[in-house]
Amino acid sequence: MNTNGHKDVIEVTDLRRVYGGGFEAVRGITFSVGRGELFALLGTNGAGKTSTVELLEGLAPPAAGRVRVLGHDPYRERVAVRPHIGVMLQEGGFPSELTVGETVRLWAGCTSGARPAAEALELVGLGRRSGVRVKQLSGGEKRRLDLALALLGRPEVLFLDEPTTGLDAEGRQATWELVRELRDEGTTVLLTTHYLEEAEDLADRLAILHEGRIAATGTPAEVTASQPSRIAFDLPDGYFLGDLPPLAELGVTDHEAAGRRVRLRTHELQRTATRLLLWAERARVELGGLDIRSASLEEAFLRIAREAAGATEAALEGSRGGATARKGAAV
Amino acid sequence: MSAVTSVRVGDAAGTTTPAGRMAALARAELALLGRAKATLLVAVFVPLVMPFSLRASIDQMDLDGTGLSVGSVLLPATIGFSLLFAVYSSLVSVYAARREELVLKRLRTGELRDREILAGAALPSVAIGLVQCVALAVACAALLDVGAPRAAHLALLGLLLGLIMWPALAAVVASFSKSVEGAQVAAMPLLLVSMLGSGTFVPLEVMPDRLASLCELLPLTPVITLLRGGWTGDLSAYDTLGAVAPAVAWTVLAVFAVRRWFRWEPRR
Repeated sequence: MNTNGHKDVIEVTDLRRVYGGGFEAVRGITFSVGRGELFALLGTNGAGKTSTVELLEGLAPPAAGRVRVLGHDPYRERVAVRPHIGVMLQEGGFPSELTVGETVRLWAGCTSGARPAAEALELVGLGRRSGVRVKQLSGGEKRRLDLALALLGRPEVLFLDEPTTGLDAEGRQATWELVRELRDEGTTVLLTTHYLEEAEDLADRLAILHEGRIAATGTPAEVTASQPSRIAFDLPDGYFLGDLPPLAELGVTDHEAAGRRVRLRTHELQRTATRLLLWAERARVELGGLDIRSASLEEAFLRIAREAAGATEAALEGSRGGATARKGAAV
Repeated sequence: MSAVTSVRVGDAAGTTTPAGRMAALARAELALLGRAKATLLVAVFVPLVMPFSLRASIDQMDLDGTGLSVGSVLLPATIGFSLLFAVYSSLVSVYAARREELVLKRLRTGELRDREILAGAALPSVAIGLVQCVALAVACAALLDVGAPRAAHLALLGLLLGLIMWPALAAVVASFSKSVEGAQVAAMPLLLVSMLGSGTFVPLEVMPDRLASLCELLPLTPVITLLRGGWTGDLSAYDTLGAVAPAVAWTVLAVFAVRRWFRWEPRR
């Protein structure tokens, strides 16, 4: 059971995936997704999103750890799991010489309780493209065909690996709308994306992956809440940082000044902004280029990536230093 | 049809079966084969044209004392070509092409089992091979005065083993390539060795003994031997066993190799 009191549809415990060459793409991750929940896996390229999803889809066995989808091992018990899941891989996988209609019929023949082909294509707005060869579709249309096939069997659980990559803004909105409807009808959805906006808009909960590990997880609000809000402005002529009220009093946790530009970080945006603006009012000065923004998922994401990169650099630095020291000793 | 009017079929009625799934895949593969003109041309015409080009050279062979006639050399050979070109060669390309286009990976996310994917994709080629074999057998029987097979069960056994063994070998060979073009090159060695050494161009009976006994171990040889024995009816029980054993061994080996080494995704 998860916090929402729903029975978990996807359970992942200390999951690891190691590729043939020894590369460990997934390094011990744990999360669960409840029925009817939309869970997003976020991460930079190479963070391990697809490697994780493929394990959930049952395409490969994990090197270690446990996966359960609808209570079954998706790899060993794929016969029990497959009729209830819909999958959209990161990259198509349709014979380019088949028509759209033929592709859907092929899938319908392999899918229990399949929707009629026309209905599936209508869902994703490809109703008029049935007679067109797959190779003639645009990248976005291919993604939508893929989505139609994933939805063909009215799955209980939907795995969408970067469903909107290559779509234009309109197509992206349409896909989001469709995914939202499915979620509202009770479909459990796990999607990966590198569009932060997509996760912020759609996800009930999310996890940010970095180098095969979960760097942050929670609802979008929770993940964002841990991040500070930002206020930036230009100091008026003749004023210095010290002329402002004491920063601690403003609730500022961190600040930087570059020339006249001042950047403040705070966890109490309203208090900081109010006091800053009241000060400006009283001092009768104009804060040029004033920019006040609350914490966003993007900020959280960038910060996690930055911190992790910093840690990696520090580790590299350390090992380089060690190597030099050893070299020195040898000489 | 709109979303509103469609009603979900009851689970029992809507559940797929292995036969239904393979039929759906085979239908798509048949459409694809029809659109791959070059592959289709090779698959359909090479086995039909080969016999005529062979005829002249077989006519000149010294078959006295081998118990063979032009017809009983030519007929198994043509069926052998059908297995090599219509089934093996075209399937190597099919498996490689589907893998490179990520079709195999995508199919594996669905309800199809692995073996159903490989079998379903092979069905149209196998069907073409089968139709060709029957047509060639009838034509040879009628035109070359071969007559009906005297031990039809041996001919059928040979054909059956051939139709399982060669798709499996195609899948194995396709695993050792990185592209469709590479797959076609990878298919060549077995194709050439089989054409030269399995009694299609040159009957084993007219080869030096040592070479002949080596050639008996090739995968196509027992199929040819069984087919020929099926028509002449003079294959002893010992010789039958000697042909069935390597044929079964190759089939088992190929199926094992596919299960063990078949690559479902492109090497990246």
